[in-house]
Amino acid sequence: MNALLASTPVPRDLPLPLPVPEWLLVVCLVAFFLVHILFVNLMVGGSVLVVIAEWMGLKNKRWDALAHEIAQTVTVNKSLAVVMGIGPLLCINLLYTMQWYSANALTGHAWLLIVPLVIVAFLLTYLHKYTWDKWSSGGRKTLHLLIGITAMLLFFFIPLIFLANVNLMLFPSEWEKVRGFFSSLSIGNVLPRYLHFMAASIAMTGLFLAGWFGRKNADLAHLGDFTRPELRRLFYQVCAYVTLGQFVLGPLLLFTLPPAGITTQVYLIIFSGAAVGLLTLWMLFGELKRDDTRIGSRYGLIVALFSIVVLGMGSGRHVYREAALAGHKAAIKDRTERYAAALAEFNKNLAAAPAPAEQTAEQLFINCAACHAPNVKLVGPPLTEIAQLYAGNPDGIVTWAKAPGKKRPELPQMPPMIHLGEANLRKIAELMLEKGAAAQ
Amino acid sequence: MDFPSFYLDHLAGGRLIIGLIASLHVLINHPLAVGAYPLLTWMEWWAHKNNRPDVDLLAYRITFVVFIVTTTVGAMTGVGIWLSTSLFAPFAIGSLLRVFFWGWFAEWLVFISEVALIMWWFLTWKKADTHEKKRKHIRIGVALSIMSWLTMALIVAVLGFMMKPGEWNQTRAFWDAMTNPLYLPQLGFRTFFALMTGSVFLWFASFFFTKTKSAFNPEPRRLREWIVYRLSHVVLISLLGTFLFGTWYWSAVPETMKANSSVALLTQEFMSWHGQFQTLLSWTIIAFLVVGIGGLGSSFMIPRWALLIPSFMGIWLLGHFERAREFMRKPWVIGEYMYSNGVHKDELAFLQSEGLLKHATYVKHREITEANKAECGQDIFMLACSRCHSTTGLNGVIEKFTAMYGADGPWDSAGMQLFIKGMHQTRTFMPPFPGTDAEAGALVAYLQQLRASPQTLPGAQSAGIVIAPEAPKPAMSAAAQPKP
Repeated sequence: MNALLASTPVPRDLPLPLPVPEWLLVVCLVAFFLVHILFVNLMVGGSVLVVIAEWMGLKNKRWDALAHEIAQTVTVNKSLAVVMGIGPLLCINLLYTMQWYSANALTGHAWLLIVPLVIVAFLLTYLHKYTWDKWSSGGRKTLHLLIGITAMLLFFFIPLIFLANVNLMLFPSEWEKVRGFFSSLSIGNVLPRYLHFMAASIAMTGLFLAGWFGRKNADLAHLGDFTRPELRRLFYQVCAYVTLGQFVLGPLLLFTLPPAGITTQVYLIIFSGAAVGLLTLWMLFGELKRDDTRIGSRYGLIVALFSIVVLGMGSGRHVYREAALAGHKAAIKDRTERYAAALAEFNKNLAAAPAPAEQTAEQLFINCAACHAPNVKLVGPPLTEIAQLYAGNPDGIVTWAKAPGKKRPELPQMPPMIHLGEANLRKIAELMLEKGAAAQ
Repeated sequence: MDFPSFYLDHLAGGRLIIGLIASLHVLINHPLAVGAYPLLTWMEWWAHKNNRPDVDLLAYRITFVVFIVTTTVGAMTGVGIWLSTSLFAPFAIGSLLRVFFWGWFAEWLVFISEVALIMWWFLTWKKADTHEKKRKHIRIGVALSIMSWLTMALIVAVLGFMMKPGEWNQTRAFWDAMTNPLYLPQLGFRTFFALMTGSVFLWFASFFFTKTKSAFNPEPRRLREWIVYRLSHVVLISLLGTFLFGTWYWSAVPETMKANSSVALLTQEFMSWHGQFQTLLSWTIIAFLVVGIGGLGSSFMIPRWALLIPSFMGIWLLGHFERAREFMRKPWVIGEYMYSNGVHKDELAFLQSEGLLKHATYVKHREITEANKAECGQDIFMLACSRCHSTTGLNGVIEKFTAMYGADGPWDSAGMQLFIKGMHQTRTFMPPFPGTDAEAGALVAYLQQLRASPQTLPGAQSAGIVIAPEAPKPAMSAAAQPKP
């Protein structure tokens, strides 16, 4: 706790236990997140490759056909990206309740914008896909390309909102500096994270498309003169060169991470992952050197190796997060327990305290005093007026208070007071008449 | 108290946004998913059995519309309910997730299968060109229909729980929370409502795909007659179900209200809702009845625009139906456990004795002085009131007090303070004020200042947070003594 700065907010946790063991949630979080991010990668990377290929297709039609085929995968992957995102969101909500919701609130406008932005992006990808043949020449083709570009730009921006949250939740000591989404981008290392993610999106999409178009039963009829080996080679290249770039972006991300969560373990996991990554890259370039008959024969192995790399990076990420938040979590636990203890003792004493004596008329009158003053009209008529109306008739007040009507157009209707009980209402009525008479 | 307060002044704190997103979601989910999937699957099956490619093509075209809408606006508004609730009421959604984890988890699995199935169904439609493939394809539609209904059934359990906690607050048990007296009538009502409105949606959509260029062209006419005649039957049958389950729900609601005595006290608002629901239900049923009977007679008797009338009535009825949750929940966000401002039932007396400011995380001051009174009041407003009220906007506190104390002349601070402390007695939908007398006084000071110079109150998403140092730790025994 001493490690925390004075300005670090230490909230109390929700007083409910986790529904499943913490380790299970951690396993689920890491695994579900990787599945989610895979489809996000394919959605984002796909939208980029579609635009590039369509643009190249303006000169050479074969690229246009390829762009159209890639677009067919984007609309499927985007639906899977959304639906597979719910699981990790569920886990992170449970594991990091206090940090996650706080980051959401601090970037609230952007967080809320996710909903309309994703809807628009999705509708645009459908529009782009289903108008491909209709809007294929002249100004319409330009419009078509612009729709693709707009969807792509939206897909560029939306991940930044999530990244800002994932990043901000790690640094509670910085929360006090945040004034909205854009200012949260200057905390931690959002930009290197973002670049790393974007590169991964393109690399993963390259790998996916190499397998997608390269598979034995792929229908290449719409792809003009593209051959299967040619497509394999093309997307292997995309994957290989972008992954090579990751060896610059990866270290940039790692070495700009705030020291809060850096441990030997983090370095160990990340460097092991990077070593497997290097092996994968070597295999990829090896594949690229093969001739057309044999390119793609190691696809399964490469995918397996990539999965190990991704799992390593995902685990390293979690270990960093745990280390960065260890102090904060401990402080929260401590404060939550102290609060619970004080609360329990208070409630114990409260229960042990002698039952409150029957309320006096004066105490009961507090229920009425907010609206009825002795001489002046507050919300309802003053007591002097009531005393005149009901002189010698306290039961009249009781009857009225149980089910008030509306007599005075200038005043709001009185709410029923039947819950106080007849005996209490009678006591109040007598006191009212007394007070009203005295004030006259 | 323990989360930075996201807040949209003038939008009643922002609840309106959750409401809008949720309404849009339900309006898509019920007719276009739960209602339309089984009907479209049935069309596909019938077309295959009777060798009617025109019916199959019509089903395919309507499915295209359903596919586009449900996988974009439908899916994202569903996620959006969660994202927006995380902002406005993290304490509530966080608690619900801890109790309902398995419910949500199961819901997720069903949702995955629903999304996978709609894509599989729609995208492979044209590829199912043999008898065997078509039979398999129809089975995908059946599975999809079941899954989309299951998604609704699970979520209704969660919604029903929010209305009535059952035994949850004592046993904290999952299954207890899943069974409550409003569950079945609600689920039945929604199921038949979905079928009824789904039929009308199919009917409406079919107009666009069976255009008759000339009245002598028999084919589109034949197709339209085919679909309208059958959909009318579905409308009439599901109308009966909607009516029966709606009435059951309508009569079960007051029982639930009575079970919660504090809410049952002030029922003026509720009684008017109850009456309106009955009237709306009747009129909606009549509107659908007219359309259903008209469709039985001739497919050209009911023009396209006339279908919009029962549809809008249906939207109105459903909106009204959903509002019931608002009435029954108050003053709780989770019945008998957590008030709508996030204060737990069992910590109320503690906070009233010790003070909100002392235990809150995001406040400027811990101690109230004459100089910081209004600032403290602003923090108290944010903690205790802002989840439902705006300052000067929609459902604004100034508006509420103006209704009581008038627009002219000064407001009596002592009277306001008394009112705030006792308002849960007279306005039983309001949670009790969860602070000390001094804090009620500070709140009044803020309200007076707000009235004198109305100013928009920014939320944490733009103004950020302030953290006062934690109050010095008092000796536990002294602090824990209840004060009279």
